[in-house]
Amino acid sequence: MDGEELTEQETALYDRQIRVWGADAQRRLSKAHILVSGLKGTVAEFCKNVVLAGVGSLTLIDDRPVTEEALSANFLIAPDENNLSGKSIAELCCDSLKDFNPMVRVSVEKGDLSSFGGDFYDKFDVVVVSCCSQTAKKLINEKCRKLAKRVAFYAVDCRDSCGEIFVDLQNYTYSKEAIAVPWKSLPRRMSKLYYAMRVIERFEEAEGRNPGQTSIEDLPKVLKLRKEVCEAHSLNESSIPDLLLERLVTGTREFPPVCAIVGGILGQEVIKAISGKGDPVKNFFFFDAMEGKGTIEDISEPNNGS
Amino acid sequence: MTSEQQLTAIKGAKVLMVGAGGIGCELLKTLALSGFQDIHIIDMDTIEVSNLNRQFLFRKSHVGQSKAKVARDAVLRFRPHISITPYHANVKDPDFKVDFFKQFNVVLNGLDNLDARRHVNRLCLAADVPLIESGTTGFLGQVTVHIKGKTECYECQPKPVPKTYPVCTITSTPSKFIHCIVWAKDLLFAKLFGDKNQDNDLNVRSTDATSSSEHAEDVFERKKGEGIGLYGRRIYDHVFGYNIEVALSNEETWKNRNRPRPIYSRDVLPFKLIQQNGNVDKNLMADAPSPVSAMASLGLKSPQDIWNLKENSRIFFESLKLFLVKREKEIGNLTFDKDDQLAVEFVTAAANVRASSFGILLHSLFEAKGIAGNIVHAVATTNAIIAGLIVIEAVKVLQNDANSYRMTYCLEHPSKKMLLMPVEPFEPNKSCYVCSEMPLLLEVNTHHSKLRDIVEKIVKAKLGMSCPLVMHGSALLYEVGDDLDKDMVANYAANLDKVLSGLPSPVTGGTILTVEDLHQELSCNINIKHREEFDKEKEPNGMVLSGWTQSPAKEKDDNASINNGASASNASSHAFSLEVKEDSETAIVPVATGSVPTGKKRKMFDISEDSVPDLSSVPDEVRSKNKLEEIDDDDGDDVVLLDDGCSDGVKKKRLR
Repeated sequence: MDGEELTEQETALYDRQIRVWGADAQRRLSKAHILVSGLKGTVAEFCKNVVLAGVGSLTLIDDRPVTEEALSANFLIAPDENNLSGKSIAELCCDSLKDFNPMVRVSVEKGDLSSFGGDFYDKFDVVVVSCCSQTAKKLINEKCRKLAKRVAFYAVDCRDSCGEIFVDLQNYTYSKEAIAVPWKSLPRRMSKLYYAMRVIERFEEAEGRNPGQTSIEDLPKVLKLRKEVCEAHSLNESSIPDLLLERLVTGTREFPPVCAIVGGILGQEVIKAISGKGDPVKNFFFFDAMEGKGTIEDISEPNNGS
Repeated sequence: MTSEQQLTAIKGAKVLMVGAGGIGCELLKTLALSGFQDIHIIDMDTIEVSNLNRQFLFRKSHVGQSKAKVARDAVLRFRPHISITPYHANVKDPDFKVDFFKQFNVVLNGLDNLDARRHVNRLCLAADVPLIESGTTGFLGQVTVHIKGKTECYECQPKPVPKTYPVCTITSTPSKFIHCIVWAKDLLFAKLFGDKNQDNDLNVRSTDATSSSEHAEDVFERKKGEGIGLYGRRIYDHVFGYNIEVALSNEETWKNRNRPRPIYSRDVLPFKLIQQNGNVDKNLMADAPSPVSAMASLGLKSPQDIWNLKENSRIFFESLKLFLVKREKEIGNLTFDKDDQLAVEFVTAAANVRASSFGILLHSLFEAKGIAGNIVHAVATTNAIIAGLIVIEAVKVLQNDANSYRMTYCLEHPSKKMLLMPVEPFEPNKSCYVCSEMPLLLEVNTHHSKLRDIVEKIVKAKLGMSCPLVMHGSALLYEVGDDLDKDMVANYAANLDKVLSGLPSPVTGGTILTVEDLHQELSCNINIKHREEFDKEKEPNGMVLSGWTQSPAKEKDDNASINNGASASNASSHAFSLEVKEDSETAIVPVATGSVPTGKKRKMFDISEDSVPDLSSVPDEVRSKNKLEEIDDDDGDDVVLLDDGCSDGVKKKRLR
C-alpha cells in the first residue's frame, strides 16, 4: 500500500501478528499516532497492547503525582520509583513502555487535556481518554470532530468489576447524541451498565467530584438521582439495579482482571480501526465480571428500536 | 474492586501456572496485580524473538533464557513482595507428581499443546485440584473450568485431531500448496538431510519405478567426487522431472486431474548459472555467527515476496549447497525446524517448484514458513483478555462459588451482541475414561495382534499414557520404570512380541485388561472383544477402540495418511498428520468445521480462512451432541446454540 516494506527486524518481531492481520495492516499501524490521557490500570493495559503491536508513536498525558491508588492496578510503575522522584504518572509509565518495544516512540505531553486546541489533536490518529469528567470527554470529542482529518475518539473507564468503552470513529453518532439519546428509544435489552454509568456521571458532575470520587455515603443521593433520571426518560427504575449502583459508587478502584479485559478489547478495537481490518465496535462496549458478558451496544441509530 | 472475602481468598491462595508464554506472561502480571502472593510457574521453554510481540515481560536481551525465570524477575519489579517460584522444566517431568500438584489451591494452564494439557488434566484429577484451562489463536480464545466430579474434565470431549493427508495425495497428486509443503518437508528434506534409516515414501530409484529392484541405485547417494552443482542438479531433475514423468505414465491417475508438468533444471537455469549460483565462498569466509541463508547469498530480501520458478530454483540449489558445505556435520540428523532459516528456505523453494509443476499457486517464504511450522497466529490483546478471564474464574474457584463458574469464549465478531460469551460448564461425561470409571471396549484379533500393538497404538497413542503398565487380573504383563530388575525387563520385552492369546496370562475375548499410568495416576479398564476380521482400509490398526466419544474424523483419518507434524511417533500407523506444537497458544475455540451449524449459527463461529492450515482449533467445543446454552440473566429467550441437530445425543444438564 504505502510502498514501504517492513524491515527484516519488524518481520521477525511481528511475525505472529502479521499472520493475524497481514503486512499492510502492520505498515499502517507503524504510521499511526496515538494520544492517551489518564493512566490508570485499564489505560496502562491498553498502552502495553498498542506498543507491543507496533504503532508509530504513543503520547501520554497524566500530570498527577504517583499515589498508592495509581499503583494499584498499574504494572507500568514500580513501587520504589514512587519515592524516587517527583515524576508524574505519565513520565513513569513512559519509561516502562519505551522498554517494551524500541521501535515505538513513546513520549509525554504535559498540561490539561481540555486546554489543548485543534492543532494539537490534529497530530494524532487516535485519541483515548480516561479518568476525566463527562464534560471534558464531550469537549475533546468535539474538538476531534471539528478536524478535517478523521481522528478516532475513545473514552474508557473501569469501576469495581465493570468497564465501559465508548467509540466514535466519526462515521457514526456523535457522543453528545449517543449519551443524550432518549432512553426510551434505546434497544429493549440495553446493558444496565449503560444507564448506571450515566447516573454516576451525572452525580459526579452535579456534586463537582472528580471521576471515581464517591463512597457508600453517596448512595442515597445517587438512588434519588436515578429516580429523577428514570422519570425524565420514562424508564423503569429496575433497569438500574440498586446493587449495581452500590458497586459503582463504592468500588472506585479498578479490578486488575477487568483492566486486562477492557484494555485488551480497547487495544483490539484501536488496532482494527487503524489497520482497517475487521469491523470495529460501534459504539459502546460493556463488561461486568459479575455476569461475565462482554457486550456491544449500538446506539448510533436510536430509532431502529430493535 | 474486590470484596474483603475475595481478597482473603486471593491472599491465602497458592496457585500453579503451567506455561509462561503468551497467556502466561499476561496471567502472571494480572495475578500479581490482583493480590496473589504465592505463585509457582513451570515452563520448559526459552525466549525467542518471535515471542517479543506479545510476551511483554521479555526483552531482546533475554532471548535464550528461561521464560519462567525471566517472567518472575519482571513481575517482581512491580510487585516486589510477593513470592513467585519458577521452574525451568517440563511439566511432564516425574518431579511434578501428584503430591506436587496437591499443594496448590488451583492450577492455571497457559499451554501450547494437547499432550501437556492432557497430562496436567490427569494430574489435577488425581490430586483433586481445580484446573482452569485456556487457549487462544488470533482474536479467538476460551477459558474453561474443570473441577473433579462437578464439571467435565479437559478430556471429556474428544479433542481436535491433527489434520491428515493420504499418502498418495502427497507423493503423487497434490492439489493444494500444503500438500507440496508436506512433501518438501517430510519427504524431500527428510530424505536429504534426515535420518537415512527412516522409511520414506519418496521414489529414489531412477530405473523403472514399479520394479524398484535392490540393485537400482539411490539417486540421493552422492557419487564419489561428484560436484555439489552436479549433485543438486541430479536431485532436482529426479524429483521435479523424472518422478513426474513416471507419475504421468500412469494414465489412470490423470483422467480427472490436471496433468503435472515435469520440470528440469536445464529449462529453468542454464548449468553455468547453477554453478555460479550465490557465493558459498563469501559465506564461508565471513565467520560472523549470522545464520547461513540462501536468501542472503542470493540477495533476496523480503520474505513476503513470492518468488518465481527461477528464483525458487536458485534458492533450492543454493540452500542445498549451503547445507552440504556449511552444515555437513548435521546431515543425517536434521529434522525440519521452523526457526532454522536455511531449512525454511529449502522447503519453501522445493514446495514452490513442485507447486509450479502441478499448477498450484506459489507462496512467499513467510507464508510457507507458517504452513510448514504450523505457526499459530497470536496477538497480545487476546492473551490479555483471556488472562483476565482466567483470574476471574480462579477467584470464584478459590471461594468455592460453584454456581457462578463459567466457560467463556472470546470471539472475533460479536454474536448475540457479545464479544465475550459466558456459558455454564457441563457436567462430567459419564463415559469419559479419564474422569469416570467407565471401561473402554477394544475389538481385536487376539490371535494376531501382539501386546506391543496394544501398548503402542492404543495405550500410548490413543490414551496418551507415557509410562504405562498393563495388567490382567493380578498378573503384570507390561510395565516401564527405572527400578525394574533385568529379568523383568527381559520378560516384558518378550511379552511385547507375543500375540495376546499367547501371553503367560492369555488375553482373549471377555478379558478385562487394566492399564495404568503411575505418573499420571490414571487407571482404566479395557474390555477385550475378540474379532476375526478387520477392514484393512478403515481399520488399519486391526483394532477398534470404543466406549469413549471419539471424534469421527479421527477414525476416518486412521487411513494411511501423511503427517505434517514434528514427529511421526507412531510410524506403523503410517499417518502424516498436522500437529500443532508451537511456541504460542493454541486455542480450542468454537469454530465451525465439518458438520457444524448452518446459516446464522455457523456464521457466528466462523474463522477466517487463512494460510495456516487447520490450526487444530477444531471443535473441542463444537459439541456435536450438545447445546451451548447462554447464561440467562433476564434474557431468557436468547439461546446460543451449537447444535448440529443430532438427536441421539444426550443433552448435557446444566451444572445447577
